Amino acid sequence: MTDLSHIRNFAIIAHIDHGKSTLADRLIQMCGGLTEREMKEQVLDSMDIERERGITIKAQTVRLLYDAKDGTRYTLNLIDTPGHVDFAYEVSRSLAACEGSILVVDASQGVEAQTLANVYKAIEADHEIIPVLNKVDLPAAESDRVRQQIEDVIGLDASNAVEISAKTGFGVDVLLEAIIERLPPPIGDREAPLKAMLVDSWYDTYLGVTCLMRVHDGVLKKGQKIKMMQTGATHLVERVGVLTPKGLAVDSLGPGEVGFINASIKTVADTQVGDTITEEKRPTATALPGFNPSVPVVFCGMFPVDAADFEDLRESLERLRLNDASFQFEAETSAALGFGFRCGFLGLLHLEIIQERLEREFDLELITTAPSVIYKVHLTNGETIELHNPADMPDVVRIRSIEEPWIKATIFVPDDFLGAILSLCTERRGEQIDLTYAGNRAMVVYRLPLNEVVFDFYDRLKSISRGYASFDYQIDDYQESDLVKLSILVNQEPVDALSMIVHKGQAESRGRVMCGKLKDLIPRQLFKIAIQAAIGGKVIARETVSALRKDVTAKCYGGDISRKKKLLEKQKEGKKKMRQFGQVEIPQSAFIAALKMDA
Amino acid sequence: MAHPAANSQISVDRDEPIGLYVHWPFCKAKCPYCDFNSHVVEAVDHPRWCAALVRELQTMAARIGPRRVASVFFGGGTPSLMEPDTVDAILSDARRLFRFNNGCEITLEANPTSVEAKKLDGFRDAGITRVSLGVQALSDDVLRFLGREHTAAEALAAVRVARNRFENVSFDLIYARPDQSITAWREELVRALDLGLDHLSLYQLTIEPTTPFHARHARGEFTIPDEEAGAALFEATQEIMASAGLPAYEISNHARPGAACQHNLIYWSYQDYLGIGPGAHGRITNQHTRGLAKIATRTHRAPSIWLDRVEAHGHALVDDLPIPAEDALIEATLVGLRLIDGLPRTRWRALFGVEPEVLFAPDTLAPLIEGGFLEVDSVGLRATAAGRQRLDAVTARLIQGACPQAIVPAPDRAMVNSTAARS
Repeated sequence: MTDLSHIRNFAIIAHIDHGKSTLADRLIQMCGGLTEREMKEQVLDSMDIERERGITIKAQTVRLLYDAKDGTRYTLNLIDTPGHVDFAYEVSRSLAACEGSILVVDASQGVEAQTLANVYKAIEADHEIIPVLNKVDLPAAESDRVRQQIEDVIGLDASNAVEISAKTGFGVDVLLEAIIERLPPPIGDREAPLKAMLVDSWYDTYLGVTCLMRVHDGVLKKGQKIKMMQTGATHLVERVGVLTPKGLAVDSLGPGEVGFINASIKTVADTQVGDTITEEKRPTATALPGFNPSVPVVFCGMFPVDAADFEDLRESLERLRLNDASFQFEAETSAALGFGFRCGFLGLLHLEIIQERLEREFDLELITTAPSVIYKVHLTNGETIELHNPADMPDVVRIRSIEEPWIKATIFVPDDFLGAILSLCTERRGEQIDLTYAGNRAMVVYRLPLNEVVFDFYDRLKSISRGYASFDYQIDDYQESDLVKLSILVNQEPVDALSMIVHKGQAESRGRVMCGKLKDLIPRQLFKIAIQAAIGGKVIARETVSALRKDVTAKCYGGDISRKKKLLEKQKEGKKKMRQFGQVEIPQSAFIAALKMDA
Repeated sequence: MAHPAANSQISVDRDEPIGLYVHWPFCKAKCPYCDFNSHVVEAVDHPRWCAALVRELQTMAARIGPRRVASVFFGGGTPSLMEPDTVDAILSDARRLFRFNNGCEITLEANPTSVEAKKLDGFRDAGITRVSLGVQALSDDVLRFLGREHTAAEALAAVRVARNRFENVSFDLIYARPDQSITAWREELVRALDLGLDHLSLYQLTIEPTTPFHARHARGEFTIPDEEAGAALFEATQEIMASAGLPAYEISNHARPGAACQHNLIYWSYQDYLGIGPGAHGRITNQHTRGLAKIATRTHRAPSIWLDRVEAHGHALVDDLPIPAEDALIEATLVGLRLIDGLPRTRWRALFGVEPEVLFAPDTLAPLIEGGFLEVDSVGLRATAAGRQRLDAVTARLIQGACPQAIVPAPDRAMVNSTAARS
């Protein structure tokens, strides 16, 4: 067990691509955590998707041993925080496990929306913060301007910011010394009853569930019977260790220390991030503050393109959930898309990550319906239901009012694109709260309905700002809105997968767009096809796919018969992917394409 | 049974005549729209090819046993590039191996060049009774676009030469070409009709994969009429030809009454045909399987490999498989509905032992009939004019509702027949 004064626990806060993972790698290397051979680029981002997207999904940690210039060996625990808005709660728990943060800002890019959101979380967590300007070796670096921006926008003293290049290693030695000098050591009482926070947990095929812990008081050791204060579950600690980042068994973890335990926990869903762990027979009196169960806010249907893959999809979802308790799923049936699952996610990125992992790691071809949020539907009989699937919308006559979730969005944007961003926000029913300038960049704060954000907002934001706008949000509150269920009908039959809940003022234009898309996507057939958008019984937009006028092979002789038959067999095979609407059959691919155009 | 005439008709006509198809795979030049099995070579060893075609014919004849022949068709490629002696040798052998019907139709496809026109006498002397000329268009600009080796004047001259030597002459035209107006097509057709022939094949230009046209079309070098314009041209064609006394008897084939090509009718009424030469297909009930199932045959399509194999083994078959009943139903539907008269009940019964209504699910058949695409009556099942114009969609739909389980296999039919006869 390490003397408290020789421990420093810190997080790195950075925008995507500002060099967080590269810096982490450099720190590990300089403290000898891994040999040259074991070093892979960005060691901590272990998933392919994380590495490809340059983001960290699961919080990960590494214990470093640093021999400082004062001749003392320090234990540095670097807790790598998840880098995206969807994982805001996980970020706050990771920060709660540290006493200080390193704020990494790209010296050529400057402060971004996400940096701001996370640095505020660190300030809230009473962190000591070391501003770091990264990539100072690049010709485009503007250290002074960015230093000024940090002071203006964040309000942090940046005069003693450390200038580094994580890539070349320049300045990293200075940073290590600054960590020792400027970040406070943890405090804790090793004689007090055990009080530790569950920072994160993940599933390991050999060890089962592994929990990352930060000990505040007391000692966590092998053989101890521990209790999770939120869930009330008790477990026997079988293994205690630290991550170097390889797992290394230790006898115990004392106050201020960060490490992992294995305790025969079956699934990650049995562990709640932020939960307080104590000793069963000598429990601590009070739990650590700030626990929040993580709740999905964005929902969508996921269907296998090939109906035969349904069981594979279920199995894959279960496998993913082993390691990510924050997403939920339940079976769902759609007339247009067949059997699938209704899934709930922490946010859009979370949705995309899960979707991508299913397709890539589990080799499944998926159809994803338009994302939806949770609506609170107040019924005339006084009941309130939570609605996260447009298909479950009660009949209009039973509805008294509907509330939808709003978010508070912070957008950083170069002022060239400000006008376009403001009109996007207005178009999406946004209410401006704040607009300030920092140099040539504007910071706008808007309240926006979440439902408008899950509908291609992020893509639009990126495209109209040519990728320069950065965006962060937090869930604000629920607010009553004039919302309606927009149904899409093909030959008078509703296509459940395409129905959506929209603001009344946008129903007509959204309906018209969807009808137009389907008209282009549905091939002409022997019979004409009516496509309608309707609210309740009222049709608000319509299109017609006219009947085929000519479709006949000019030549068919002896040798062509086999060829023609093969073509027909192919069509017959394709029939499995057709959905019958009255006299017409619509290829499932048309619905998939219509849904894809939304995303 | 719904139709009392059924029992008297269900025995398979053991002596149903067959068509004989001979493929000549060589052309002087490859047309950019053509995806047939045609090859351009420096020189052809005619005696060697003649011997091989005769050899394969003999092998096939031995396999299928004695049959009557209703038509012979020399197709290609460009069969008018054959030596008349080769045609003569094949026909002489065929007459020795099979019984030829009286008035057996013997067709040769010919390019309407002056060189080939000079060979027509030789082909007539070899036994050819019908010539089908690949005229394709009546303007030189279009002929150049189509990559043809002849001029319009040359083609018209060839038609006249042929008309004086053969009782049956037909030619092909390709329409729905880039920028072709209905007016221009009407004028072209009138000129074609002025030649006074009894048969014309009128094909809409189709961009086939793997052809030079496909690549050029994909690159946007030219466009062809879209569905609407193509439909208008198709409709105009039907009307012009009907009022000229040569109505369509099949999607793309027009003839005066009684002048339909017998060989084509064999294909479209799903009768037996024997195919020889590279890449030739056949549908044949042989002496061992007669009444049970047709055999689908196909020979190797590469000329040199075909030649080697025939010389080594007597044939170059690469496919030689019985056609399952459900596939036969698909094939018969596919071709039969191309005919203006569809297939008569007698034909459905002969092929499948039952009436056409039971071969397709009622919920498939009914909407197609109600929609005005199919007709079924005491004569048979056929596509309407509207149905023929959209036949690919109609057949695709119909075949999805095919009920092959309703087919009564031929031996069972015979039993039903004999039981009925005893009672």
